[in-house]
Amino acid sequence: MDVKQISVFVENKPGRLAELAKVIRKNGINMRALSLAEAPEFGVVRIIVDDPYKLSEALKEEEYVFTVTAVLAAEVQDQAGSLVRILDILAEQNINLEYTYTFLAHKKDAAYMILRVNNNDAAVKALSSQGIRLLCQDDLNELLK
Amino acid sequence: MGNYYDSAKECASREQIKAWQDEHLAKTVKRVYENVDYYREKMQTAGIEPGDIRSTDDLHLLPFLTKEDLRNTYPYGMLAVPLSDCVRIHSTSGTTGRRVVACYTQNDVDLWEDCCARAIVAAGGSKEDIVQVCYGYGLFTGGLGLHGGSHKVGALTLPMSSGNTDRQLQFMCDLQSTFLCCTPSYAAFLAESINERGLKDKIKLRSGIFGAEAWSEEMRRDIEEQLGIRAFDIYGLTEISGPGVAFECEEQNGMHINEDHFIAEVINPETGETLPDGEKGELVFTSITKEAFPLLRYRTKDICVLSHEKCSCGRTFVKMTKPMGRSDDMMIVKGVNVFPSQIEAVLMNQGYPANYQIVITREKNSDKLELDVEMTKEMFSDALSEVSARETKLISALKSMLGIYVDVHLVSPKSIERSEGKAKRVIDKRKLY
Repeated sequence: MDVKQISVFVENKPGRLAELAKVIRKNGINMRALSLAEAPEFGVVRIIVDDPYKLSEALKEEEYVFTVTAVLAAEVQDQAGSLVRILDILAEQNINLEYTYTFLAHKKDAAYMILRVNNNDAAVKALSSQGIRLLCQDDLNELLK
Repeated sequence: MGNYYDSAKECASREQIKAWQDEHLAKTVKRVYENVDYYREKMQTAGIEPGDIRSTDDLHLLPFLTKEDLRNTYPYGMLAVPLSDCVRIHSTSGTTGRRVVACYTQNDVDLWEDCCARAIVAAGGSKEDIVQVCYGYGLFTGGLGLHGGSHKVGALTLPMSSGNTDRQLQFMCDLQSTFLCCTPSYAAFLAESINERGLKDKIKLRSGIFGAEAWSEEMRRDIEEQLGIRAFDIYGLTEISGPGVAFECEEQNGMHINEDHFIAEVINPETGETLPDGEKGELVFTSITKEAFPLLRYRTKDICVLSHEKCSCGRTFVKMTKPMGRSDDMMIVKGVNVFPSQIEAVLMNQGYPANYQIVITREKNSDKLELDVEMTKEMFSDALSEVSARETKLISALKSMLGIYVDVHLVSPKSIERSEGKAKRVIDKRKLY
C-alpha cells in the first residue's frame, strides 16, 4: 500500500529544476505531485509520477543522482481536523513523520497527503485500521485519469 | 644602516662566510655519518665518505634529502645526538600522515632564537619595543620562534598566540604594542578590525614581521597603510629550524639567509643540477650548526631565486626572493600546508568519490578553501537531513585532517570540469607570486 517517490539531487542554481522538468517532459511522463526541500546549495526534488520505472530509467540515462522511496499516499477529507486525525494516529503508534506534502486530484472533497514515515508497515497498519484510505500506485493513476 | 643584531656575522666578508661554511659543513657531514644510520647508508649508497666533503665546493656530491626521508625516519631516526640531549620538539603543520617532527638541543633553540632576533632587529625592532606575538604557540614554530627572538632582543614580549581578536585588540591598545608578529592574513584581518572599530589612533604599532604564508607586494602595502607600520617578510621551515632561516631588511627586497647556519642552493627540480645566481629553481638547505637534527641538502620544494648582489643594508648574506611557487602540489592556505592527497583521503574515508575540485580564493586578505564534491547515489537520500548530516561530517573530517575550515559544495555528478579526461584538481585564484 505505497507509492514510489523519486527524489532527485539538484544543485541550487538557476535553470536546474527546469532541466529536470524537461527530462520528465521529453519522456512523456506525467507528474502527480512535487515537493522541493532545499539546503543553501542544493535541493532534493521529490516527485510522484504516473510511471516511476520509466522516470528512473530516464534519470539514469541523464546521469542524475536519485533514489526511489516507498511513501504513503493518504486520502484526507476536505474538512477541519482531517490532518490532525492522521497525525494523531501516527503519534499514538510512535511513528515519526520525516516529511509530508499534499496534492489534489479530480475527486471532489478530498485531498491527498504524501507521508514519509520511519516505519511504513506500522503506519499502513495503523492508518488502515482507523479507516484512512491509502493509495497504491494503480489507485493513484486511476484517480488522475 | 646600523640595525643589526649581530653585525660581526651579518656583515661578515664573503670569504669569512665561506670559511665558516666550509668548516661547519665538513664537521656536520662527519658527525651525521658517525651518528645517524640513515645518513651513513644513504652516503654509502652514493659512494661518498665524510672525507670527500671538505668544503662547500664539494656540497653537490651529497645526495638530496626530501620530506620522504624524514617520514621514513619518523620520529627519531635522524637524530644526531642522544634523545636525552634534546629539549624541544616542533612539528610541521598538516596531518598525521604528513607530519614531520624536528628535535632541538638547547643550543639549537638558542641559535634559532638568534636568527629570529636578527629578523626583529632588521625590521626595526629593539629592546624598547613591546612585541605582540600572535602566531600560534605550540608545535608550530611561528609562536615560540618569534617569542624567543623577541626575548633575545630584550623587547617586552606579549605571548598572545593566535585567535581571539577582541583580546588581541584590547591588549594592543591597552598595553601599547609597537611590534606585531603574525601571519600576513591575520595582520590584514586585524587591520580591518582596527579600522572598523575606529581604533586606529589608539594603537602604537610601528613595525611587524609577517610570514608562514605567501603574500603579495599589494598585500604588504595594504597592511602598511592600514596599520601605519612597515611590514617585513620572514622565511623558514620547521625541518630547518623554523622562522628566521631568512629575513627581510629595510630594503624590503628579498630575504637574507642566515648563512652562518644554513647553506642555500637553488637547483633545477627536474635534474637536481645546481643553478647559478639569478636563476629560478628549487631552494635547498644544508643546516651546518644544528646539533639534534642537521639536514644535508634538504629540498624545500619552494621555488625562488638567489642573489649575492650587494645590499644597501650592509648585510652580506645572500638574498632569496619570496617563494614564487612550489615544485610539488602543496598549497599553503591560512598558513597551513595542504596537499590534495589529504583531501582525497578524507573524501574516500567518508564515502565520497575522488571527483573533486579545490578552489582557493583570497577575499579581504583572508584565504578561503572551497571544495566541490560530486554527489553520488550512495551519499544521497530523499531526506535532506541525512544528506546535510553527511556533509557536516565531511566538513569536520576535513577540519580535523587539515586544521582549517573547508567550504564544501555538493555538486551534480560529472559537473566538475575535466581536462584531457583528468579532472583539474586545484584552482588557486589568489595572486600570490
